[in-house]
Amino acid sequence: MLNFLQRLGATTLEIISVLGRASIFWWRVIVSVPDWRNGPNLLIRQIYFVGVYSLVIIIVSGLFIGMVLALQGYTVLVRFGADQALGELVSLSLLRELGPVVAALLFAGRAGSALTAEIALMKVNDQLAAMEMIGVDPLKRIARPRLWAGMIAMPLLALIFNTVAIWGAVVVGVYWLHVDSGSFWANMQHSVEFNEDVLNGLIKSVIFGAVASWIAVFQGYDAVPTSEGISAATTRTVVYSSLAILAMDFLLTAIMFGVG
Amino acid sequence: MPFQHIDMNPHLIEVRHLSFNRGTHCVFNDVDIDIVRGKITAIMGPSGSGKTTLLRLIGRQLVADKGAIHLGGKDILTLNRKELFEVRRKIGMLFQSGALFTDLTIYENVAFPLRVHTKLSETMIHDLVLMKLQAVGLRGACDLMPRELSGGMARRVALARAVVLDPELIMYDEPFTGQDPISKGILAQLIRSLNSALNLTSIVVSHDVQLTANIADYIYVIADAKVIAHGTPDDVMNSNDARVRQFIHGLADGPVPFNYPAPNYSQDLQLEPVVKFAQESVSC
Repeated sequence: MLNFLQRLGATTLEIISVLGRASIFWWRVIVSVPDWRNGPNLLIRQIYFVGVYSLVIIIVSGLFIGMVLALQGYTVLVRFGADQALGELVSLSLLRELGPVVAALLFAGRAGSALTAEIALMKVNDQLAAMEMIGVDPLKRIARPRLWAGMIAMPLLALIFNTVAIWGAVVVGVYWLHVDSGSFWANMQHSVEFNEDVLNGLIKSVIFGAVASWIAVFQGYDAVPTSEGISAATTRTVVYSSLAILAMDFLLTAIMFGVG
Repeated sequence: MPFQHIDMNPHLIEVRHLSFNRGTHCVFNDVDIDIVRGKITAIMGPSGSGKTTLLRLIGRQLVADKGAIHLGGKDILTLNRKELFEVRRKIGMLFQSGALFTDLTIYENVAFPLRVHTKLSETMIHDLVLMKLQAVGLRGACDLMPRELSGGMARRVALARAVVLDPELIMYDEPFTGQDPISKGILAQLIRSLNSALNLTSIVVSHDVQLTANIADYIYVIADAKVIAHGTPDDVMNSNDARVRQFIHGLADGPVPFNYPAPNYSQDLQLEPVVKFAQESVSC
């Protein structure tokens, strides 16, 4: 019993300690003075790495998720003779929930894990220590551009995901299942509100991008500098990011679309 | 601005009453060390004695539990983050692994500190980088990536990068470890010639006794969380301290234990006491 309480206490202290370190890390990265000379180049480079390199998985997943959504939606709607509402179903599901959430989960798996492994390896090879001794703050040089890149790339990836998914839904719904094209698009345009749906979805994406990048960069920075340490940090990035994205999604949905 | 010379203090670094622990393990206990300007000071000692830790404490990558480290008259433990990074620009450090940036070419690695800290023109950066690479004999390798270099070459590139901003202090962390005799000789010669040519102050952490003694002006030997000897290479080589003699001459037997502290071996193996075993053998 005493051992159990001891372990519980130690685990709680460790969690609080990690949260504290992560918060200080976030604060230092966000409030540090921008490097106007080198910053833009580093940021563009990182947007390319986390954004462009994630495009394939985002486009392919978006296409199939749109197609599946249309297929499943059609089989239910057609029973009630409401198959004309397929455009509305698909667009609202994607813009409000699936687009931001699935794109963020894919981002955490593809770009987040890569960021963690890259930074942790830099730690193992003393590259971060070397940077510090050259008089360059790794938080500014390494962490900040990656964090901002995630926040900028994520909504763009979610937009691309949504666009491709809607196109996939059109292929299945309109071209394959012969839902009326005019009704499909008209219902979609009628039901989608820019502020309510598109903008809220984008806000979600920015927040998910910030959370996923923060977790990824911090885990890399905080990793134990061994091969097991890198492996554990990469796994933690994917698990923690996924859980955080899903929890944040519930919270944001409650705030944005909450009943009452 | 260079480190303070106003007080004409001959010591660039003064470590006073330094104590540092890692968990329950005491790495340093009330240690005093002085690093003289313009000289090569070697820090020697058995593996695990805290030599690399000392360099990291001087660069404040680790923070001492007690004591003070004065660098050019400033107590580095009291500097804020911005001041600390200012001070570090005047320090070059050669890491054991080289620590080259793996996504940059050799040229870009050496140019990195110049690009970050100066507003020099591209032509000037080009000339400076090639001059530094020429000094370490690797001008021809400027377009290679770090993964294409041998360990010795990587350290020479790291050395070029460490001196490209003309630092006042350079710290070498185990520069000879894992090097073939030719690379060792080249590195030792480079350390000596760079120190003289650039009027540097150098700290060399190493356990390569002979090579380090050849290039050092002063030696500190650390073991058991203390400085156990210090003086000129001749003083240290002729020391009568048993621990120093064991280290210098590489003796297997001596006060420096081979085994890590452990409980009783027989108990660990759960053996019966020998006497009882012998009695049982007789009764049979």
